[in-house]
Amino acid sequence: MATMLILGAASDIARATALAFANDGWDLILAGRQPEILDKIATDIALRSGRRVKTAHFDALRSEEHAVFWQGAEEEVSALFCAVGLLGDQEKAQADMDQATAILQTNFTGLLPILSLAANTFEKRGRGLIIAISSVAGDRGRASNYFYGSAKAGLTAFLSGLRNRLAKKGVDVITVKPGFVATAMTADMALPIKLTATPKQVATDIVKAARKKHDVIYSRWFWRYIMLIVDHIPEKIFKKLKL
Amino acid sequence: MKLTSWGKYPLIETTLASPANEALALAALEGGGALIGRGLGRSYGDSALNDHLVLSSLRLNFIESFDEESGVLVAGAGVSLAEILDAFVPRGWFLPVTPGTKFVSLGGAVASDVHGKDHHVAATFSRHVEWLDLWTPATGLIRCSDTENSDIFHATAGAHGLTGFILRVALRLQKIPSAFIKQKMVKTGNLDAIMDTFERYAGLPFTVAWIDCLQSGKGLGRSIFMGGSFAEKEELPARYRLRPYQPPSPKALAVPFDFPSFALNSFSVKAFNAFYYGKAPKELKKSIVSYNSFFYPLDSIHNWNRIYGRRGFTQYQFVLPKETSVFGLADILKTIAESGQGSFLAVLKLFGKQPVFDGNISFPMRGYTLALDFPITKKLFPLLDRLDAMVLECGGRHYLTKDARMSGEVLRRGYGPALGDFLAIKKRLDPEGRFVSLQARRLGLV
Ligand SMILES: Cc1cc2nc3c(=O)[nH]c(=O)nc-3n(C[C@H](O)[C@H](O)[C@H](O)COP(=O)(O)OP(=O)(O)OC[C@H]3O[C@@H](n4cnc5c(N)ncnc54)[C@H](O)[C@@H]3O)c2cc1C
Ligand SMILES: NC(=O)c1ccc[n+]([C@@H]2O[C@H](COP(=O)([O-])OP(=O)(O)OC[C@H]3O[C@@H](n4cnc5c(N)ncnc54)[C@H](OP(=O)(O)O)[C@@H]3O)[C@@H](O)[C@H]2O)c1
Repeated sequence: MATMLILGAASDIARATALAFANDGWDLILAGRQPEILDKIATDIALRSGRRVKTAHFDALRSEEHAVFWQGAEEEVSALFCAVGLLGDQEKAQADMDQATAILQTNFTGLLPILSLAANTFEKRGRGLIIAISSVAGDRGRASNYFYGSAKAGLTAFLSGLRNRLAKKGVDVITVKPGFVATAMTADMALPIKLTATPKQVATDIVKAARKKHDVIYSRWFWRYIMLIVDHIPEKIFKKLKL
Repeated sequence: MKLTSWGKYPLIETTLASPANEALALAALEGGGALIGRGLGRSYGDSALNDHLVLSSLRLNFIESFDEESGVLVAGAGVSLAEILDAFVPRGWFLPVTPGTKFVSLGGAVASDVHGKDHHVAATFSRHVEWLDLWTPATGLIRCSDTENSDIFHATAGAHGLTGFILRVALRLQKIPSAFIKQKMVKTGNLDAIMDTFERYAGLPFTVAWIDCLQSGKGLGRSIFMGGSFAEKEELPARYRLRPYQPPSPKALAVPFDFPSFALNSFSVKAFNAFYYGKAPKELKKSIVSYNSFFYPLDSIHNWNRIYGRRGFTQYQFVLPKETSVFGLADILKTIAESGQGSFLAVLKLFGKQPVFDGNISFPMRGYTLALDFPITKKLFPLLDRLDAMVLECGGRHYLTKDARMSGEVLRRGYGPALGDFLAIKKRLDPEGRFVSLQARRLGLV
């Protein structure tokens, strides 16, 4: 059976999505920075789904290691799903370039080497699947999270270009833009209940997108319309809003 | 934040903590202060509520191991029965005991020591628990079972969270021949008839009845009995025989807002009458249904508790010893019918023998148990007080996981000396009385 490599696999969204893919028939390699948690998740998913689930070490901030990492996985992997992300501390980032850099690297630049390596392999092979989680925050910059937002905007644009390049090569590229999701990342925020998805709902949306080969999905679906409105607010007004 | 349980009564202001792993859970437990454990909040009343700190198990939701030989599953207390079914039914395993909803946590199932339609053959949930990992103030993290620290194990099953916090459960699953139930329905015209029917079908592993509480006189106790057993593969309709463990998935419906209070009654009345007065013969044999529709008929309507409206509702569940059941149930049903307040339908079940252990306050005993829903109104509590007295007079007792209003006196008389033994162990495990629910405080247990 085909194997999917999942980066940032310890995240709540990734865990739920990994289980949904396993139930859909995928074997998995769960990669991330916390081996103990990854092992627990791998055992859990293997027991629930009956699929084969392995773990591997991956750190987006160590891009110099990505080539070796990819070499080790390349042969068996036919799909890559990237859930790595860091919301970070916006206020801190405004004054502290280390924080700003961490946000940019984790959400954008640090992911480009591994995404490119996978893209090249899949292109050569003439088939493959790349899914990455961006965010609605990348659709328009806001005062409260524009370091995160601009990094996600970069990722969105990168994925769009990658899709354009690989469309004729049998490789699918899917951009996932979640709105609010109740996870560890947002545990301390008071999110509006009606607009907030569970990781399981996002997982269902992602697996469906993979089956139907969608290009860009919002999760939940209504965020497409919320963002359509947000995008069309004239800058003159937008800049005065408290967002 | 505001928190409530399934009956939506009471609604309180409290702090809910959901530690993401065992280390964080232990840190919260060792932190001091009053608290109570909580799973999926399917208890009806105030047993999973506390105005200081409510500690949720829901992120302790990892399945850790499964032994294909013995069927023993080890999982965090926050794993739900629904998740276990999703993972293991396709491989031919089922829960040894299940309540009428699958949206309960392992921790909650142990803490209420829940029973199912198979109580007469399988007793309660804890009888199928290989061991537990529990945290108590006196012992810290401790493993207990029928053979290891058995006093703690027996006190914890059915303790409604008062001995400590359950972190992990090892549960023995049962092997099944298919995921379908061979169901038998019988219409019975009165109380004697339904009791005879329970005896006659005691050989079936699953039995239960819906009883019409508005009838009095000749029709008192008019019921629909449902019995069942897992169907063998050969008994399935051809289209399921090739995939005996993959029943059609239930369609989920959601109740999107708080219904006006009258809706549920008219809904259930229609279903009951349609069957009772319908063309079906008095005794219906061999319908094959999926396990979901047999065990969890209400789960396909998410949030059905909203049907009762904002005021909330309570469930009243008691058990009477078998010897007093005939007269006791008749009196109680008459009182409910005359009050005009009861839900139209109630669930009746004949419990089998319940093993007795020192310090154990699990609810069941051999005899009949009746569970009914009441919307909360001003007139309700005086009626329930009257029913309490009738239950006690028959030597019966009440189920704490459904309770939001009974008095400490009723509890003490119902559970008798077992309660004293339980409180002695509680005192030893939790000398400062840190584990306390609103229910425990109301009942004077701490
Ligand atoms: C539709 C429906 C049908 C039902 N049918 C049945 C039935 O047939 N038979 C039956 O027996 N019950 C039945 N119940 C009741 C239900 O099974 C119990 O209330 C069960 O305990 C709920 O589990 P929970 O995870 O939701 O726990 P909660 O409601 O969150 O908590 C219930 C109790 O368990 C304690 N608890 C929870 N987790 C822990 C933990 N980790 N450590 C220590 N204590 C903990 C709480 O303190 C509380 O006292 C039914 C409920 C509903 C809504
Ligand atoms: N929650 C929301 O509302 C929301 C909304 C839109 C988009 N998203 C996106 O959804 C994705 C999943 O996030 P989440 O909400 O589930 O939150 P999360 O739990 O914080 O997930 C972030 C994941 O990224 C990993 N990660 C961070 N830095 C890394 C690095 N240097 N190398 C490798 N992995 C790293 C984390 O791994 P560690 O466990 O090792 O820290 C974690 O698994 C993220 O891309 C996030 O931006 C979330």
